[in-house]
Amino acid sequence: MAIRKGIEVSIGLGDAVKLCDADVVAAYPITPQTHIVEHLAELVADGELDAEFIPVESEHSAMSACLGSAAAGARTFTATAGQGLELMHEVLYVASSMRLPIVMAVANRALSAPLSVWGDHSDMMAVRDTGWIQIVTENGQEAIDNTICAFRIGEDKRVLLPVMVHLDGFHLTHVIEPMLFPEQSEVDGFLPPNQYPLPLDPDKPVAMGDFGPPIVYSEAKLAQERILRAAKPVILECWQEFGKAFGRHYLPVEHYHSEGARVLLLTMGSFSETAMVTVDKMRGEGRDVGLIRLRLWRPFPFAELRQAVKDADVLIVLDRAISFGGPGGAVGSEIKAALYNESKKPKIVSFIGGLGGRDITAEGFEEIIKRGMEIAEKGSENEYEIFGVRGE
Amino acid sequence: MAKTEGELTWQDIETGGIVTEPGNASQYQTGAWRSQRPTYDFSKCIKCGICQLFCPEGCIEQNEDGYFEANLYYCKGCGICARECWPRVITMVEEEE
Repeated sequence: MAIRKGIEVSIGLGDAVKLCDADVVAAYPITPQTHIVEHLAELVADGELDAEFIPVESEHSAMSACLGSAAAGARTFTATAGQGLELMHEVLYVASSMRLPIVMAVANRALSAPLSVWGDHSDMMAVRDTGWIQIVTENGQEAIDNTICAFRIGEDKRVLLPVMVHLDGFHLTHVIEPMLFPEQSEVDGFLPPNQYPLPLDPDKPVAMGDFGPPIVYSEAKLAQERILRAAKPVILECWQEFGKAFGRHYLPVEHYHSEGARVLLLTMGSFSETAMVTVDKMRGEGRDVGLIRLRLWRPFPFAELRQAVKDADVLIVLDRAISFGGPGGAVGSEIKAALYNESKKPKIVSFIGGLGGRDITAEGFEEIIKRGMEIAEKGSENEYEIFGVRGE
Repeated sequence: MAKTEGELTWQDIETGGIVTEPGNASQYQTGAWRSQRPTYDFSKCIKCGICQLFCPEGCIEQNEDGYFEANLYYCKGCGICARECWPRVITMVEEEE
């Protein structure tokens, strides 16, 4: 029987890592991730979690320590946010290309300057090409459920890749929410022990992270790309098994009154729940609108996305990060690319909003949807609009 | 390794590019980088071995007559041996083809 507890999501996420019986946590504290790793440090210090907690001197070291830990076959967790994720950047590529199953919670935060500890998706978008599996969550329950799933997916012998679990900084990390925690025996039944196939072992030496001259580098990169794409069926299988075991179901592209809707809004992360309120209100007024939420950011769910939007006339995409000098937000431009060759596709309208902790209320989403419909009808000179920004 | 580097397909790459066979760096032909190669006037050679000590590639061995000579499969043509050889046995010449 699951236990229902009303606690801060960061504390809950730490408890989920304990339920997964992590062997090593290497982390550096950074707002708004701090409570996750503080709680894990406490759990280790109090003897409740039998793990090594490595208090490193930077995020670059945190991820580097995770490489060694995962290479030795230990179940490895870390967490970071914003600038911390950026300081890890080069090591993130090493983790994925060396096929090391590390789980990392990212408390999504804006990037400096100006200095902002508040939430947006700039950090997530900056690491989209690092080769990690990336799952985006909308509430505390999803964050803890997907932390458990992330270990199972990443450590699966058909995958062996690191996994990021994204949760919005403050909007999720610092709220107190009722969450269902599975029993230890239930998690043990769902999550098999980590058995990394070629761990660092003095009795069977291997070389990791070796030199890759031009004659083999392309082959190594194609192998990495194929395995990330091949991870998708394993992710879907894990979510199905999770649904059977715990009764909560996850999909790469989530729907909310989107079937047959003429106008679709697409969101990611915690703002999706506010957008649902708007969709309810507008549907109540007879407007034909629905909501699509992108849960799986990498590998990108091309087939599911195309299927989800094929019957709509208008697709309004909200990004929470700017691709400076580019075609708009990363999500909007990737969705345009995913649909470009489709014969039947909606008009796509790209918005950017919710930057650096700025809220978008239910009324705000109504404005976005109405403005998006207007742009779809009349056209616009701009590739995208920034919602709620002051000045013409 | 059954295949050489140039024959490996992406499916042949070990998980994470792990190298499971010890010592296979010896297959890597660093000699292909060379633009100059060492030539020898062994009549001046006193077999002191200073060229071998200084060679950063570790590719200089004694031949069957006991003279020190670079293995051109690995020699990158840096010329350090020619510079250090005080009896002036070694002369670097341009690689042609």
